[in-house]
Amino acid sequence: MPVGLDSYLGVHADALKVQTQRMDVLANNLANVDTPGYKARDIDFRTALAAAGSPEGGLTMTTTDAKDIALNATAEGGAELKYRVPLQPSLDGNTVDSQQEQAAFADNTVHYQATLTFLSMRLRNLMTAITGQ
Amino acid sequence: MSSFKIFDIAGSGLSAQSVRLNTVASNLANADSVSGDPTTVYRARHPVFQAVQQKMLGAAGLADQSEAAVSVKGIVESQAAPQMRYDPGNPLANAQGNVYAPNVNVIEEMTDMISASRAYQDNVEVMNTSKDLMLATLKLGQ
Repeated sequence: MPVGLDSYLGVHADALKVQTQRMDVLANNLANVDTPGYKARDIDFRTALAAAGSPEGGLTMTTTDAKDIALNATAEGGAELKYRVPLQPSLDGNTVDSQQEQAAFADNTVHYQATLTFLSMRLRNLMTAITGQ
Repeated sequence: MSSFKIFDIAGSGLSAQSVRLNTVASNLANADSVSGDPTTVYRARHPVFQAVQQKMLGAAGLADQSEAAVSVKGIVESQAAPQMRYDPGNPLANAQGNVYAPNVNVIEEMTDMISASRAYQDNVEVMNTSKDLMLATLKLGQ
């Protein structure tokens, strides 16, 4: 039974990608903690992961002619950014809550490390199978 | 997708907060720079931050709908009136014996400094954490 490396790594490869994106978004919130009018955002991890996992979630191409080459490659998962519901919006229109963002960043970090652990365990299994030791 | 974008974002936060710290330092240093003329006296300066619009990922992903990083849009001078003080012994006093002190609110500047230093620490922490995660990712499979 042939097993592709992508399917062997399972959801974890996609999860790592989404977690990297989420790290960017949260870093952006923290960088704009004093920007007037800036609205904090976050990625909905569940929908982003579902979008990253399925080919429909990424970019698709329609073929209009028989000679067109169908694009089956999965594009970058289209993660949609959502605005955070502010707990204590400030007077200048900024909705970044530094503590909340730090907590979300720590949460994302732990999940990232967990995903890395899963991935390295799978790779180690694969090496064991290849070398037979 | 560039994995190093997070360093640009956190780095822009660092430089923006450091501009803010600079203006605080300038305001505090000039808190007592009196002048005989209310138009030439030092005025408190404050930076205005702005989120930078950037296309991050090209066609797909977070592109177009996302801002990346922060920049200093400009530095504005406080329009509050300078404080007038009667001090005829001062060599800078005008004909009426008055000097004008800058409109720097020292307490406001101190709280601004604490806020800037906290935000700076946040950005440093973001950078450190993402650096650790990236190094761990590089070691994947070893």
